[in-house]
Amino acid sequence: MIIDAFVLRALAAGLLLALAAGPLGCFVVWRRMAYFGDATAHGAILGVALALAFGVSVTLGTLVTALVMALVIAALQGRGWAVDTLLGVMAHSALALGLVAVSFLPGVRVDLSAWLFGDILTVGTADLWTAAAGVALVLALLVWRWEALLTATISEDLARSLGLEPRREQLVLVLALAIVVAVALKVVGALLIGAMLLIPPATARVYARGPEGMALAAVGLAAMAVVVGLVASLWLDTPAGPSIVTAAAAFFAGTVGGAALRRALISRARV
Amino acid sequence: MTMLIEARGLDVAYGAAPPVLHHVDFTLRAGEIVTIVGPNGSGKSTLVRALLGMVPMTRGSLWRAPGLRVGYVPQSLHLDANLPLTVARFLRLNRRLDTAQVAGLLARVGAPGLEARELATLSGGQFQRVLLARALAGEPQLLVLDEPTQGLDQPGTAAFYRLIEEVRRALGCAVLSVSHDLHVVMSASDRVVCLNGHVCCEGTPSVVSNAPEYRALFGMGTQGALALYQHHHDHGTDHPDHPHDHEVCDHDH
Repeated sequence: MIIDAFVLRALAAGLLLALAAGPLGCFVVWRRMAYFGDATAHGAILGVALALAFGVSVTLGTLVTALVMALVIAALQGRGWAVDTLLGVMAHSALALGLVAVSFLPGVRVDLSAWLFGDILTVGTADLWTAAAGVALVLALLVWRWEALLTATISEDLARSLGLEPRREQLVLVLALAIVVAVALKVVGALLIGAMLLIPPATARVYARGPEGMALAAVGLAAMAVVVGLVASLWLDTPAGPSIVTAAAAFFAGTVGGAALRRALISRARV
Repeated sequence: MTMLIEARGLDVAYGAAPPVLHHVDFTLRAGEIVTIVGPNGSGKSTLVRALLGMVPMTRGSLWRAPGLRVGYVPQSLHLDANLPLTVARFLRLNRRLDTAQVAGLLARVGAPGLEARELATLSGGQFQRVLLARALAGEPQLLVLDEPTQGLDQPGTAAFYRLIEEVRRALGCAVLSVSHDLHVVMSASDRVVCLNGHVCCEGTPSVVSNAPEYRALFGMGTQGALALYQHHHDHGTDHPDHPHDHEVCDHDH
């Protein structure tokens, strides 16, 4: 069997995303930032429109808008608005504004579904290098700040008493999130980035005994979802991004269901 | 005795709101046990945080002994259930401790063998002991406890304060604690500072022997770990230079 180069590139892009989304997704789960991830990802569509309008690289455009989006949300937090309201307003506004902006672009035919749901099979060699650089940066940031991030996540007071600045640690996460959004846009698309950040860590939680174990398990589960989803999409001729997320969701359902079944069997055995 | 912390004329304000703390003078010497009491919103936690440099002050001067080692027990710690964290890993956050050191810390706070337990599964009393163990990990010269017995019942509170006294005897560290209960402070306190935006009064706590109903409630049942603090103050003369709306310290004696 001959595997086409574009499939290998798609696989590499997906695995790179898994590497960064696993540990970052754990912080998204621990800090209850799920909507934060969504809002940042939705802002990326606006970034695509702006990048095409100004003729700069789409990766740069999405990176910048995702970062601006995340910084605005971080700055507005704790100013009287309930966080979920604020994030809902920002996420949907950015998405709608992005879609409107795209329609204004003269002479550019934009395949919207590619940006919304990903287009992993068109990943080029240059895209791969950009993704690798982004993922390396995210991993370096997370490894460097790991203890501080974990401490600030567990207790801001505890972090401050150790001379750490929780807001600075939050900025590290915001920056990492913007980079992952830019990388993930090609792989699973703006609407499903949140799924890759949430589902593998949520599944990993069932197995994990410590934060590091959970991050590693999330990487493994995300990588498995990429492989299974990609193979299934080629075999069944289904869209790649949603197939990857479906695979991740299936692992989640299987894991959580299996754990519940095991508990039920154990409690029955005791009776 | 060597001075650990000295604050003069400390003001702390959050944003444009009127200052939470106004013109607070505070000193803490090595080995001293000081308890800060005051009603809700009186700035107790803010004072402690300002003294430790965790919140910026808006006015005044603050001096801390260079290299002061502080063990901080936070007021409350909300742990997300999705974060798997064992007691041992929690103690090792930002600190290098070997297995024997972790076991030693847990034994010192009367919670031996909890290493592998997940934090989320601990009882309130166990959790407070683990927080204390973490604070003790750096061999602190100053142990700071911000309402450490919140959520503990009366015997639990008494047991925790007895433990603090034991630890202090062993380490010789100063203890700065915050209590939201105006009546119940550590009987070992050298000094009690009553705060309500400013320092209302301070002095040594005295066990109230002529109040049998309180004695019955706190004194016997806690084996002397808790005592009643009697406030002796005359408000008119405390701060003649700056009358302001904090002036009414509304607590019964």
